Amino acid sequence: MAFTFVAFCYLLAMLLAAVLIFFAIFHIIAFDELKTDYKNPIDQCNSLNPLVLPEYIVHIFYNVLFLAALQFGTLVFNIPLIAYHIYRYANRPVMSSPGLYDPTTIMNADVLSRCMREGWIKLAFYLISFFYYLYSMIYVLVSST
Amino acid sequence: MASSQPPHAHGQAMKMPGAAPPQNFASGMGPPSSRPPMQQPGPPPPGGYNPNYQPGMNPPMGYNQGPPPTANGAHPGKPSGYGGPTGNNPRTQDGYPTGPPPPQMGGAYGQRPPGSSTMPNSNQAGPHPMSRGAPPSDFSTHPALNSPYSKPGGPPPMHGMGNPPSSLPLQNQYSGSQQVNSFPRQSGPPTRTNVAGPPQGSASGMPLPGPSPSGPGTYGRQPLQGATPGSMDSPSTPDMPGIDRNLNSSGEGLQVPKYPSMIRSPSTGSLGSLPMPKFNLQSSSPTADLANYSPGDSGPPSARSSAAPSPVPSQRYDALEGGTPYSPNYHQGPPTPGGSQLPVSPLANPQRVGTPSGGHPLAGPPMGGPPMGGPPMGGTPMGGTPRSGTPTSGPPTSGAQMGAPPMGAPPMGAPPMGAPPTSAPPMSGPPMGGQPATGPPVSSGISGRRQYPQQGYMSQPQPGQYQQPPAPAVQGGMAKMGQPQQGMGKSMPQMGGMPQPNGGQARMAVNNVMQQPGGQPSMNSLNASMNNLRVQQAETRPINLLQERHIVEPMPVEPPKSRLNPEYSKLQVDPDIFRCTLNALPQTQTLLQKSRLPLGLIIHPFRDLSHLPVIQSSVIVRCRSCRTYINPFVTIIEQRRWKCNLCYRINELPEEFTYDPVTKSYGSPERRPEVKSATIEFIAPSEYMLRPPQPAVYLFVIDVSFSAVESGYLSIACQHLLDCLDRMPGDARTLIGFITFDSTLHFYNLQEGMTRPQMLVVSDIDDIFLPCPNDLLVNVHENKELIQELLNQIPSMFSGNKNTQTALGPALQAALKLMSPTGGRVTVFQSGLPSLGQGALKSREDPNQRASSKSVANLGPAVDFYKKLSLDFSAQQIACDIFLFSSQYTDVATLAGVAKYSGGSVYYYPGFHSTQNLVEVERFSNDLRRYLTRKIGFEAVMRVRCTKGLSIHTFHGNFFVRSTDLLSLPNINPDAGFAMQVSIEESLHDSPVASLQAALLYTSSKGERRIRVHTMCLPVTNQLTEIMAGADQQGIVALLTRMAVDKSLTSTMSDARDALVNVSVDSLSCYKGTLPSGQTVGTLMCPKSLRMLPLYTLAALKNNAFRLGTSTRLDERVYSMEMFKCQPLQYIILKLHPNLYPVHNMSDEGAILVNDQSIPQPPLIGLSSEYINRNGAYLMDCGDAMYLFVNREVSIAFCLEILDTPNFRSIPEGMTELPELANPASERLRTFIMWLLDKRAFAAPLQIIREDSKKRVLFLRNLVQDRTESSMSYFEFLQHLQKEIK
Repeated sequence: MAFTFVAFCYLLAMLLAAVLIFFAIFHIIAFDELKTDYKNPIDQCNSLNPLVLPEYIVHIFYNVLFLAALQFGTLVFNIPLIAYHIYRYANRPVMSSPGLYDPTTIMNADVLSRCMREGWIKLAFYLISFFYYLYSMIYVLVSST
Repeated sequence: MASSQPPHAHGQAMKMPGAAPPQNFASGMGPPSSRPPMQQPGPPPPGGYNPNYQPGMNPPMGYNQGPPPTANGAHPGKPSGYGGPTGNNPRTQDGYPTGPPPPQMGGAYGQRPPGSSTMPNSNQAGPHPMSRGAPPSDFSTHPALNSPYSKPGGPPPMHGMGNPPSSLPLQNQYSGSQQVNSFPRQSGPPTRTNVAGPPQGSASGMPLPGPSPSGPGTYGRQPLQGATPGSMDSPSTPDMPGIDRNLNSSGEGLQVPKYPSMIRSPSTGSLGSLPMPKFNLQSSSPTADLANYSPGDSGPPSARSSAAPSPVPSQRYDALEGGTPYSPNYHQGPPTPGGSQLPVSPLANPQRVGTPSGGHPLAGPPMGGPPMGGPPMGGTPMGGTPRSGTPTSGPPTSGAQMGAPPMGAPPMGAPPMGAPPTSAPPMSGPPMGGQPATGPPVSSGISGRRQYPQQGYMSQPQPGQYQQPPAPAVQGGMAKMGQPQQGMGKSMPQMGGMPQPNGGQARMAVNNVMQQPGGQPSMNSLNASMNNLRVQQAETRPINLLQERHIVEPMPVEPPKSRLNPEYSKLQVDPDIFRCTLNALPQTQTLLQKSRLPLGLIIHPFRDLSHLPVIQSSVIVRCRSCRTYINPFVTIIEQRRWKCNLCYRINELPEEFTYDPVTKSYGSPERRPEVKSATIEFIAPSEYMLRPPQPAVYLFVIDVSFSAVESGYLSIACQHLLDCLDRMPGDARTLIGFITFDSTLHFYNLQEGMTRPQMLVVSDIDDIFLPCPNDLLVNVHENKELIQELLNQIPSMFSGNKNTQTALGPALQAALKLMSPTGGRVTVFQSGLPSLGQGALKSREDPNQRASSKSVANLGPAVDFYKKLSLDFSAQQIACDIFLFSSQYTDVATLAGVAKYSGGSVYYYPGFHSTQNLVEVERFSNDLRRYLTRKIGFEAVMRVRCTKGLSIHTFHGNFFVRSTDLLSLPNINPDAGFAMQVSIEESLHDSPVASLQAALLYTSSKGERRIRVHTMCLPVTNQLTEIMAGADQQGIVALLTRMAVDKSLTSTMSDARDALVNVSVDSLSCYKGTLPSGQTVGTLMCPKSLRMLPLYTLAALKNNAFRLGTSTRLDERVYSMEMFKCQPLQYIILKLHPNLYPVHNMSDEGAILVNDQSIPQPPLIGLSSEYINRNGAYLMDCGDAMYLFVNREVSIAFCLEILDTPNFRSIPEGMTELPELANPASERLRTFIMWLLDKRAFAAPLQIIREDSKKRVLFLRNLVQDRTESSMSYFEFLQHLQKEIK
């Protein structure tokens, strides 16, 4: 029952996935507030935009750890999301500050519902990852003895 | 080449009719998944509609019922209900507010003496009660603090400092002409006032920029926000987020407001005595509508309120429009049935409508029931078969049953009706391919279906028809009326009427009948119904487009006739103002998708109207639940209540509402203008204001760089400004200011008392500040000489300017600072790319790619500086309009951003030169004149409300969308058009009609708060054929082009083009599915209502905006796209498909009379060289240009009589106007052109083009039916469609 680097990676990834779950929930709530008119789109975009890059970075960070730990299965599991993140950020609206959301288009029902959907899917993904990492960590710990 | 490209894309689309074709516009036609599938956990969508609403909850019809559905299902998110205890159940309301008393906050500015333009203490009147709702998050409240954009680079938000007096010598008073020459550049520092760098004074110095002190030389930085002394700011931004939330969402829940008590009319307090409402009805042209305005009420308070230039809490205006609570004070108490000395008009007989409590069957004119319905005509009973049985087209029975009794003139009822149905053309027969499973069964049996054209817009029964009472004027009719009706009502259930989900319909119809003035001879309605039948038959007749050679008809395309019942269609809003792409709304989203047509609204809300009822009333009747304004399509129940046609809540009618302003007497509420006109304007009381209405403030930001001087626009613009100075809309408080810029900014101190305008130069463009901020905007009336002098001098002052740099970004930032305290309009003239400071741009166009057939790059903005600035403008109620002149690339795509989100407009004059391009000069001159003198509305918001079940999906136009249904429009002008895509979120089977209401709240240039309300009522249908027949092809194409613009920005140009084509393909193939298969072989069948759609689509593909493979300059392309986004419908259609008239043999035949002048009406011809005769002359009206094309063999007489030249060869090149000759032919043509141009929002300079001229391409490229190297001809396009449809 040695605490290997792999196990450490999974432990860290699990914790970070929990953080990302909160990010996703925050996004969903924020878009819902927009939908129900509770918030001004400018404010809302300003509060969401700074969170976009950290989320991506956190996600990529623990995947780099996985790469270092040679956990390729887990890496493959995450690659679609990384690819999506890169694609999404490459196609963001013209903005001078980091972020994705443009207050002038966010109120279009299409954009808003897409963001909502994205939030839910990510939430599901991070939840699954969380349990997967938990399982993997225990598995690694148990099997390394 | 284009012929090979699209097919692949379409093939795909066609194969899977169920799935969204790859390039469809996502919304209207997409799969339902465009909404998230999951249930939203949060509160329901706003807009006042209760998503939990169930049809069953609809109160049958009695007012004795429990609380109306909307009260039951009150928004979970707004637990506070509306307006406290009084709000929740209207019946418990005893007329007196039990809520908190109106706060007497600071008094309303209404009390203040009007016209005190600089009354300093006006700010201390405290905020309006409404302003208590400011949440901390309100972005507009503190621009510098909350708006993320305004921080960087700007000076610290607080600077109450002034320059030390030592800066005095810096200023320079330039005088008259002798100094003018020495003034500009070469004269150097001594003659200019250079205020470089931020002033170093201490913060202590500058007192409030009160109206006063800044004498010459004191440069005070204006305290921009916050920390203004006095009581102004602090109370206006309390942290009461909760309240604002409620406000924002739909305005209920606002407990705050209450009236400032002084506004309450004295009599409202006492039930016993009749209130004499202050109420002026003015039915007049909008410009003259101030006649009865009594300033004492909401007097225009101080002009700039410069003492505390608090940023405008703009966001909360939406709360006003959307959210002003119905002030309980205005309830005249309970409806007091017996009560009141109200003279009850004879019409008011309640028994007519039956007593609901008695459970009288009348209530139930069965919705889904027996197909009585149909005939839109009131009394004319040509409805469908009453029961499924009747084999032929039902009329006989229905005629017998319902036609006769109620109508005054029964005998007519039956006979005429018999005829038309049978005359239905056979092809109109078996209607829809697939009826949706949902929705009430319409009529059973084939026979019922076969006559669908006769059934009118609805197969559901139209309750109104058998209740056609004699018009109200008929005395004594009332008693009789009641009987037959009730009789009918009783008989209904026996006839198998279904329980009606919508009890109000019967009354609605009755009431609408009631309000028709004067007796309406039934003969008329019969005739009308006959006409209607014919029209409908004609409209539903399929057309084989492949055989219809002359698709363009001699008469202009009319919007389709509304299939509403005649009572409603009489009241329907003018389609030029407000129209829907589908004149019969599909009942469900599934049905809408099946039809493959886009559903949307085209609104031209501030259109100049010749007749607009204006109402000043102390109470504006609105639905307490969804805040809908009362409108002609509501149901008035026994004169005491009205049922909202958007949310179906039953509301109380205030007693004042029975006061008829025309006859000055109390009577039936149906006589009120509010329920007689679908377009109406209210003069809003003070609770619709957050601050005193702002004065008209105009700031002109003028580029004076080398290229500006060289192109010559500067002197033209200044001349027009000078000319129009007196005609600019505004009142005594109107402020005006000027900034010029090249690589530095020049401000002009025009303060009263100075002898000459004083120029202040700020060369530090990285950190903009305002020198003497109080004197830069001055009253236009008090300082007219100085302003005129300045305008006279500007062109000559800069005539030798060799500075080629322009610092547009810093100039706009300065404008923002200058205007923040008041809001208003910034007009920017810019030639060339901005090259200095923030917002500097680089050329992005690669001329080699102009003719690329693949895609177009750089359609979007290069930087977001202008967009952010635009949002900041918007937050401060400033609109920015931009005029662009350049022969080079100007990056319209980026610069337009500054107008796009601030409700401004963009004008672009490619190749402008004052001597070499006279056409553009004329266009600019006309545009500018119109621009300066047209009406304007400030600090506006527009909200569009729809019947429950509909929701607005995407907005198109120039504005900022602040919440799901609210557009923030810092300025509104009469030339701005908007469009919205609508989706159907819930089935609409509750009601046979659905309504949409657009309300525009704005401050007029005279300082009045006004609300302009447009209401549209549309029938709902579950028949695919009716949807097709009701399609408004012009509306559809106007919406499609906007969607295509969006598509080309978010995706690629070829995607956008494919999407355009797919709409035609899909809708025609859908239509084909409704026809018997035998008819469709080898044809391209199209309903008459959509016959122009393929042509318009082709025209769009060939338009500047969307064409590929033809050399198009990026700027012109982007400008065309911008215009599609924000122009009113008529101009879009003209741009797409110009009107072409043969004018070589005009006659007076068919001429119309306008103002006693006979206007000839030459027929329209198709846009093809097929129609161009070698000996003809043709006038083409393109919306923004007009061409008179003279062909080679034109008659000598034409040259002589009209062009004043001996023959074709001597027609001069570049002729731009017709000589005024005194002969009938010339006069005819000139009057015709004048008439075309009359009241046009955008200038369309005339060019006379010889057939052998180089300019003929201008004309020929608009012949969209012809083949060109890179595009299909119309016939090829049809064949292409046909191939796709298979």
